[in-house]
Amino acid sequence: MKILVGIKHVPDTEARIKVASDGLRVDETGIKWIVSPFDEYALEEALRIREARGGEVVVVAAGRPEAQASLRQGLAMGADRAVLVEEEAYDRADGLARARALAAVAKAESPELILLGKYGVGADEGQTGPMLGELLDLPHAAAVTSLALGEGTFKARREIEGATEVLEGSLPAVVTCEKGLNEPRYASLKGIMAAKKKPLDVRKPEDLGLDPKDLREGSRVVWEALESPPPRGAGKVLKGEAADAARDLARLLREEAKVI
Amino acid sequence: MRNVLVFGERRDGDLKKPSLEAVSVGRRLADAGGGTLSVLVVGPGAAEAAAALGAHGADRVVACEAEHLALYAPEAYAAQIAEAARAEGAGIVLVAGTQMGRDVAPRAAARLGAGCLSDLVEIETAGDGTVRGRRPVYSGKAYARVASRGPVAVAILRPNVFPATVARPGAGADAVAVPPALAPERIRVRTTAVERGGEQEIDVAEASIIVSGGRGLKGPESFSLVRDLARALGGAVGASRAAVDAGWIPHSHQVGQTGKVVSPNLYVACGISGAIQHLAGMSSSKVIVAVNKDPEAPIFKAADYGVVGDLFEVLPRLTEEVRRLKSS
Ligand SMILES: Cc1cc2nc3c(=O)[nH]c(=O)nc-3n(C[C@H](O)[C@H](O)[C@H](O)COP(=O)(O)OP(=O)(O)OC[C@H]3O[C@@H](n4cnc5c(N)ncnc54)[C@H](O)[C@@H]3O)c2cc1C
Ligand SMILES: Nc1ncnc2c1ncn2[C@@H]1O[C@H](COP(=O)(O)O)[C@@H](O)[C@H]1O
Repeated sequence: MKILVGIKHVPDTEARIKVASDGLRVDETGIKWIVSPFDEYALEEALRIREARGGEVVVVAAGRPEAQASLRQGLAMGADRAVLVEEEAYDRADGLARARALAAVAKAESPELILLGKYGVGADEGQTGPMLGELLDLPHAAAVTSLALGEGTFKARREIEGATEVLEGSLPAVVTCEKGLNEPRYASLKGIMAAKKKPLDVRKPEDLGLDPKDLREGSRVVWEALESPPPRGAGKVLKGEAADAARDLARLLREEAKVI
Repeated sequence: MRNVLVFGERRDGDLKKPSLEAVSVGRRLADAGGGTLSVLVVGPGAAEAAAALGAHGADRVVACEAEHLALYAPEAYAAQIAEAARAEGAGIVLVAGTQMGRDVAPRAAARLGAGCLSDLVEIETAGDGTVRGRRPVYSGKAYARVASRGPVAVAILRPNVFPATVARPGAGADAVAVPPALAPERIRVRTTAVERGGEQEIDVAEASIIVSGGRGLKGPESFSLVRDLARALGGAVGASRAAVDAGWIPHSHQVGQTGKVVSPNLYVACGISGAIQHLAGMSSSKVIVAVNKDPEAPIFKAADYGVVGDLFEVLPRLTEEVRRLKSS
């Protein structure tokens, strides 16, 4: 079975986020870039399916040339080959533009399953999967914590408020992956060495029939400003005997904060 | 003029609170743009559930009673939203950011060729029809001001941020019955079961008060201290990833970047250090309390009220004080 896995190249979740002087972007000085954590669940799941059934795992990214590093990481974990749709503008484009890029790759590759992360950390949106499903006219299941494949079918579970939803559908499909689905493997030294020789195909949006002008100017959603979070006033700290602190706190929550 | 459509999500027949919050926002935006407010409700009993929506400010209620839409089906629900947006001439589609909302809204947006604004904590419309909003990004380490261009915008609203109000007590709404946008045979994925856990606990994603425990609890037994306080406050039990990874409590309770993102009125963090990935899930809570024995713990930087002390001593006493205050 051929599986396509979307890998988003994002700032490390530990990174200190500072707004750049243009008031719009993140100051990238000193930021380490990683594979978005949820995409590791997607790739791990793809590798397990390949191990069980055979087939091929193709990792795909749309973005700046540096995203190659994240694709190599995916290859080191065990993916067979990689495709980069190279265009800086994807880093600022909206979900629909990103989904169009992945859709173009999917049309060229015709995978039976497309696995993505629940969301890409940073923009924290989670739009690409459901949008990709619509663009490709495929069913989708989002934020799944378990996935079982049958012959041309799938069964997934996802957590909703206070319950678990069981979804059943047909393949091909788009599925986005949530923590709990599996424990992603680490890339072995051997894997890292092997990754250097695996094919990484760099494509321009034009090669895939995408209009770069549409991409640069056509994003429906634009970021107009990036701001630091509103400062929280210095909190009150209660020290001393537990009994006194507990009593003071309860009183403050009722009389000052008015939350109980 | 910009008409507004709200997707009204139901559970056990009733409209969910985050959807009522979206209806209140919808009323405000419809008034600002001189348009009407329609609310789409799907599944058997939709019309009945929608009866009370007039009081919340809806002008029109669009009900699709189809039996095959009783449970969530991503393609069908997205198609229904897109169809209703077209039929109602909506320039703005509002969806509450529940698990279902975050799943269905982007698909509906793609179907409409519309921009999708995620996780908004503020929303306004400009005279030219642009929808503008503000949202936390980079796990709450920054806020983005975002705007959507084009004739239609889909906006996902963070639950528990916008108040749900009864705008027009006693008012009714025009009811419109609509057929399903997708016939049953065209639906390729559907919910076949909804499994509820044994105990009917409040889910952190929906709670207005959350008491969370972390590694400082030392073991699964001491979650009872957290649970007791949560019960006294009428809130839900949350947890850090360290507590979840240790197997002390299921992942459904985890708050943070790889858990749930919550904005309750009160968040009490007990024995949680305040790692950035935990803060990502709760820093937009209205009031934050931290109980930690380490005065240098980063959680105190986020807290409105901090108790430096041993949680094993503080929590039982706090629970007692809360019970006393509540019964007085
Ligand atoms: C990609 C990624 C995603 C992550 N996602 C999440 C997430 O979603 N949610 C999350 O929570 N974490 C997440 N983490 C993990 C996060 O970095 C921290 O490791 C985790 O939050 C720590 O949990 P903790 O605060 O319970 O434990 P610790 O950091 O070990 O803190 C325990 C605290 O308890 C205090 N304590 C100990 N004993 C007592 C006592 N008797 N009384 C009072 N206080 C006491 C200590 O002073 C300490 O501050 C993620 C990490 C990564 C890399
Ligand atoms: N630029 C991209 N390149 C490759 N995959 C992406 C890209 N953007 C999003 N994805 C995939 O879609 C998922 C959801 O991303 P998002 O909608 O950006 O939150 C990610 O976890 C990736 O699997």
